[in-house]
Amino acid sequence: MAKRISEAERQREAVDKALKQLGSLVYDQIDQGEFPWVMMQSRSIDNIQYDPHARQYILGDRMVKRHSRNIKHIRPFTQLVWTAWFARELVKQRKTSTLREAYYSARGQRDIEYTDQQESDNIITDLEVALNKAREDFNIYPEERSAIFGDITIEYTVPGYEGRRTNLTDHPDGIMVGPAVTSSEFIETTANKILVVEKGAMFTRLVEEQAHKKFNAILIHTAGQSPRSTRSIIHRLNKDWGIPVYIFTDGDPWGVHIAQVICSGSANAAHLRGLTTPDAKWIGVWASDIITYKLPTENLTDFDKKRLTELQADPRYNEDPWRKEIELFIKIQKKAELEAFSRYGLTYIVDKYLPEKLGAPPAT
Amino acid sequence: MTQTQETEYQAVSPSDFFYRNREIAGFSNPSRAIYVGVREILENSLDACESAQIPPEIYVRITELSSSGGENGTAVYLLRIQDNGTGVPAEEIPACFAQVFYGSKYTLKQNRGTFGMGGKMTILYGQITTHKPVIVTSSTGDEIHEYEMMMDIQKNQPQVLRHTTLANEKGWCGTIVELQIEGDYPRIMSRMIEYIRQTAMVNPYADITFIDPKNRLYRFERGTTQMPPVPLRVKPHPHGIDVETLRRMLLITKSRDMKNFMMDQFQGVGPKTAEKFLAFAEIKRETKPPNLSSDEIVKLVRAAKDFQEFYRPDPSCLSPIGPDLLETGIRKELGLTEDDFIKTVQRPPATYSGYPFIVEAAVVAGPTVRKIGQGITLYRFANRIPLLFDESSCVTYKVISKDINWRTYNVQQETPLVVAIHLCSTKIPYKSVGKEFLADQVEVEKEITNAIREAARDLRIFISRSVKMEKQKHRLNIFSKYLPVIAEFAMRLGEKTDMPNIKKLLNEILVVNLQEEEEENGNGEENGNRVLPPPEEETPEVELEEEKIDGKEDK
Repeated sequence: MAKRISEAERQREAVDKALKQLGSLVYDQIDQGEFPWVMMQSRSIDNIQYDPHARQYILGDRMVKRHSRNIKHIRPFTQLVWTAWFARELVKQRKTSTLREAYYSARGQRDIEYTDQQESDNIITDLEVALNKAREDFNIYPEERSAIFGDITIEYTVPGYEGRRTNLTDHPDGIMVGPAVTSSEFIETTANKILVVEKGAMFTRLVEEQAHKKFNAILIHTAGQSPRSTRSIIHRLNKDWGIPVYIFTDGDPWGVHIAQVICSGSANAAHLRGLTTPDAKWIGVWASDIITYKLPTENLTDFDKKRLTELQADPRYNEDPWRKEIELFIKIQKKAELEAFSRYGLTYIVDKYLPEKLGAPPAT
Repeated sequence: MTQTQETEYQAVSPSDFFYRNREIAGFSNPSRAIYVGVREILENSLDACESAQIPPEIYVRITELSSSGGENGTAVYLLRIQDNGTGVPAEEIPACFAQVFYGSKYTLKQNRGTFGMGGKMTILYGQITTHKPVIVTSSTGDEIHEYEMMMDIQKNQPQVLRHTTLANEKGWCGTIVELQIEGDYPRIMSRMIEYIRQTAMVNPYADITFIDPKNRLYRFERGTTQMPPVPLRVKPHPHGIDVETLRRMLLITKSRDMKNFMMDQFQGVGPKTAEKFLAFAEIKRETKPPNLSSDEIVKLVRAAKDFQEFYRPDPSCLSPIGPDLLETGIRKELGLTEDDFIKTVQRPPATYSGYPFIVEAAVVAGPTVRKIGQGITLYRFANRIPLLFDESSCVTYKVISKDINWRTYNVQQETPLVVAIHLCSTKIPYKSVGKEFLADQVEVEKEITNAIREAARDLRIFISRSVKMEKQKHRLNIFSKYLPVIAEFAMRLGEKTDMPNIKKLLNEILVVNLQEEEEENGNGEENGNRVLPPPEEETPEVELEEEKIDGKEDK
């Protein structure tokens, strides 16, 4: 137990040191009469490639020099140095900040003017790339909105809670996946699978129907495209404990892609590792489910159709069931939401659909 | 059919005619009336000084006497305009000021007024709106004569109410006109001041003082005492003659035959040209001028327009301001500094319809002009009179907005620029009697275009240089803004105790070769913000993280 905390502490110190080093580097460059610069991997599209071995997007070898000598670079360079300072203050004071708070903190700072949060987020990503760390390492998190529920005991590392444990079934609404959960140690679990759903409503239904007990599962809802911290937790549970992951999304191109991002990540996070779960399984709602279960449907919109065509062109969708199901969506021109199962009663999804999909009857 | 109504014919005197048609002279409404009034008398004053090469000293005062209680808030104003010109001989004062079509403007020479009646129209208008006499005080150096007069409009006769002679101990020379006029000053105030300012600009040797009805003093000091040479009187050019003028000339001439008439009365016509021309016009050269028939007069005038072998009209009757004086005037009235660009040019004389003309132009740019506003500010002058109204109908406006391709000179649409045009001619091609804008005479338009092109030639270099300087300044601003912040936070981040020295870096920015910088930046678009396009936006198949697409929120 004490060992685990010191592990987190070591990580914290490493981040602190990296940030301080960045400061020294820039300081020394100026002191030697040189315009300061920082080298980092390029994040432009042509330097983002899919790595079949790592089964995720990665950055290529191309480097860029962020050079304060260049009038176009000096502003983002200044923002980068400021953000590094801000991150180090967070790490030192053991405080966390949301992306939005980071953006507003910069607005309070003379001459670090961001036009919008997008710009601020972007600089934080630069800092991730430059130091090869995730923003969570800098204690900067997105807004929390996804949640976790299930028999798993965690131990907090956040200030004031160090060493405290909790079981994630303790709260019937589930527990928000925030900085505290993300940075905690996973102690033990009885679960033998993870069920990820994209919608809060379905998550609530599963909790209510005791799905975690029936399937011996940890339940996670992503609230749409899953945040990095959630992906990171899924990754850890899968990698450290070998727990298989099953993903249920709406039966439409957007749901398909939510599942894919959990498996192989996004191009945005090509510079990061530890966010993907390549072995996670997307098991519904498939286009073939729409037919098999005679689900109530809606017609595909033009937007949906365009998106399906885009997905077909993506190498990650070359394998089945992805390819087969996308083709079928295009063929039937229909889509269905997770809630569509309600036509057969509220418990149908737990009693009938999920057992069939998971290939195992619910535990009794 | 018998006529049931008896038509009454009555002779109309010239002053009666103008009384009935005062709009055509510019007195169209109360605010315009007071503007035109000041303008006409002021211009006469300038002419009076210039013809004697005296640097003008003009004093203009408008006093509000009483609100007339008219519907539109009009009031009665006392106009007093004083000059230091040659003065008018005592015996000529009544006719000069109170009889229409009497004056000195019948020869061919550049003058401000066209008919010499603007001043009298003002007096006439003052009289009909207030029924008060005009007081003219003048001296040619001897005694001072003061006349109080009214105009007998129907008879076109001056009525002298009082004539006083005063001693002139200081040897004063000049004229003072004092008259009452109904008008609406507040509505024309800004134009009035602008008019006087532009007059001072185009007559830089004139010293003008103006006191407005609120007793505010406006001083326009002269920038030089140097004056352009007095224009010479010349004989008319055959090309510009009209039937009526020719008829009158034929009546009074002393020439014994048409050949001599052509040689004596017109410029640039020698014996050979006269013979050739008369043969061309099919008129016998022996004909005595008074014997020419009406048909022959018309034929002669038409032939004079078609005949190609006359010399070009003599420009010595013109009096351009000259590039130096024009520059002096513009510099002083715009308050230009060394950092501003000004180029003035004078084109060689040209002609249209037998009238000689010269175009002068100035192009001004730079920091002072930037304060005036964006785009082109146009100043128009004709025979040293500022034209203030109906700019967009004027040919000069057509030239600057259509004929000139400003991009050639690095001028963008919003680039602040002043363009001044001065046209001088024995006959300004006004489009209307109001004398406010120039007609699109092809030759005049062409010369105006050429003049601006010539003046703008060096503008390109100036603008690209100032754009570079702006850029340099902008760069320095950017670097001096961000470098200290980088230094400060690098220090705090790296836990150093002192600020690193950024002076060396800033110095390097100062001496930077801009050319190199431009290359470095490649495709340009340099504007401090949005410098690095976020790669996310360009990645096609990637959603922004944590962003819920297609509204699939919990419902």
